[in-house]
Amino acid sequence: MQSILKTLLSRPEISALVMLVVVVAGFSFMAPQFASYGNTRVLLFSLPELGIVVLGVGILMIVGEFDLSVGSVFALVPMLMVIAMGRWGVPPIVAMLMGFALALAVGYINGWITLTFNIPSFVTTLGMLFMARSLATVLSGGFPPPFPANLSTDLFVADLGLFRSSMLWFAGFALILGIVLHFSNLGNWIFATGGQSQAAADMGIDTRKVKLFCFMLCSFLAGFAGMITTLRLRSALPALGEGLELQAIAAAVIGGAALTGGIGSLVGMLVGTTLIRVIDNGLVMARIDANWFRFAIGALTIVAVILNTWVRARARRMK
Amino acid sequence: MTARLEEHFQATETFVRPTAEALVRCEGLEKWYGSVHALAEVDFHAEPGEIVGLVGDNGAGKSTLIKILSGAHPADGGRIFFEGREVRLDSPKAAMGLGIETIYQYTAMVPAMSIARNMFIGREPLTRFTIGGIGLMDRRTMVEHATRSLTNIDLTERSPDTTVEELSGGQRQAVAIARAMYFKSKLLILDEPTNHLSVKETNKVLDYVASLKEQGIGSIFISHNLHHIFPISDRIVAMARGRKIADIKKSDTTIDDLTDLIV
Repeated sequence: MQSILKTLLSRPEISALVMLVVVVAGFSFMAPQFASYGNTRVLLFSLPELGIVVLGVGILMIVGEFDLSVGSVFALVPMLMVIAMGRWGVPPIVAMLMGFALALAVGYINGWITLTFNIPSFVTTLGMLFMARSLATVLSGGFPPPFPANLSTDLFVADLGLFRSSMLWFAGFALILGIVLHFSNLGNWIFATGGQSQAAADMGIDTRKVKLFCFMLCSFLAGFAGMITTLRLRSALPALGEGLELQAIAAAVIGGAALTGGIGSLVGMLVGTTLIRVIDNGLVMARIDANWFRFAIGALTIVAVILNTWVRARARRMK
Repeated sequence: MTARLEEHFQATETFVRPTAEALVRCEGLEKWYGSVHALAEVDFHAEPGEIVGLVGDNGAGKSTLIKILSGAHPADGGRIFFEGREVRLDSPKAAMGLGIETIYQYTAMVPAMSIARNMFIGREPLTRFTIGGIGLMDRRTMVEHATRSLTNIDLTERSPDTTVEELSGGQRQAVAIARAMYFKSKLLILDEPTNHLSVKETNKVLDYVASLKEQGIGSIFISHNLHHIFPISDRIVAMARGRKIADIKKSDTTIDDLTDLIV
């Protein structure tokens, strides 16, 4: 019994899970409409676009690095895609590949600068936040580029009833990355690199390569999520995803990812994302002024970290 | 001061020479860190089943020497032979591939990870589901071997799923040694393994090292504490200012002579 409890308390996502249950129960009580089919649908529609970004940000945090540029990449990548299709007449598949190549390049540059000059990724990606956002605006030339009128977006945002097809992409990414993170040797390297990078290097892991991979994965996922949002809106907006980076980091932190690296879980990222979306939606359903949203997320982030630290210390003291 | 040191210098001709079976043999190692000559013309060797005590004050060059042998830093000059073949030790992986395992004073463990995961960092056993070196870890094998290793080091009360941060310093060191043993190390480099350990834990670590000798494993034991090194070493190598100043069989010296030499 002791050991089961200990195993449970040692899980990084445990406090987020408890908070999610409390918040869902609270909103269900305050707003009967909250748990309805219609509202669940609204909730699930918006979940994947944040969730995909959180996967990348969370894994990057586990490896011990930060990415503040995801919100800007979220706008820049689909901007390039839509311009390529709408202004340059490039076939959609090629435009997509161009966008993803750009996303990977941004991630590579973030990682390369951080690792080569040995500066905090907080600084590198803060710089990239401005640069990528500026590029998106410059590329657009001040006007949203024409969105190809007959472009089918069903592959990514078709309405499937309870959720959109974006949910399937999110689930696919989550499943694959969950397996990679928790059951593959690459995942072991990611945790080792973030947990104690000297030890990882001494045991023969190429920590630079592992980190570069995570930077590129993070940018790719941010670009992918931005593409989904853009396809849903059928318009590429230069201001898309502003402030998203902080929401994504908050979701990862609420889900138990440690800012120092080496700790986190995929389930935690899912729970953290869900919690943020539930609060966003629940405040509206409970007829609370929606401006309280940021307050709630802020408070929640702090409470989650305090809880995580406390619970982990408790678990460690148990035999 | 200088005169005193000179007096205690062992004549270079009387340094112990490697045999033809030497496990590892370095000739004329050189290493510069910027303008600092960290290693100058250092010859070094270790025989199978031999425990070499490597001593010297801070900055004497002993850490530089073991960093080269463990593949962490490349040498700027000189040659290294392992089991008679000339080798290049340009990464920790290359060194580990030859059977050179290093135990660091900080244990090279990731505190937040389990014992089983720590044992196999960078060398995880994989299942059939593998693409290009990346694949699913064979968890059963990992737990099985970790459990067996924990039994070997008398840590049976710990589960292999225990995180390393819950272990004491001595227990971590024991797990690090068990990890080196599991990967069939031929040469074990122990870099100040008894630092930060209690007396009881230190003795336990020293016992482990002594027992490796019987398995034909060569060890290089680095410490600034002669009282830890002397009882278990077969031979003592002393360094000062990047040079080897003594290489002497334990039977030909005393702990007091050595203390005079390196202090």
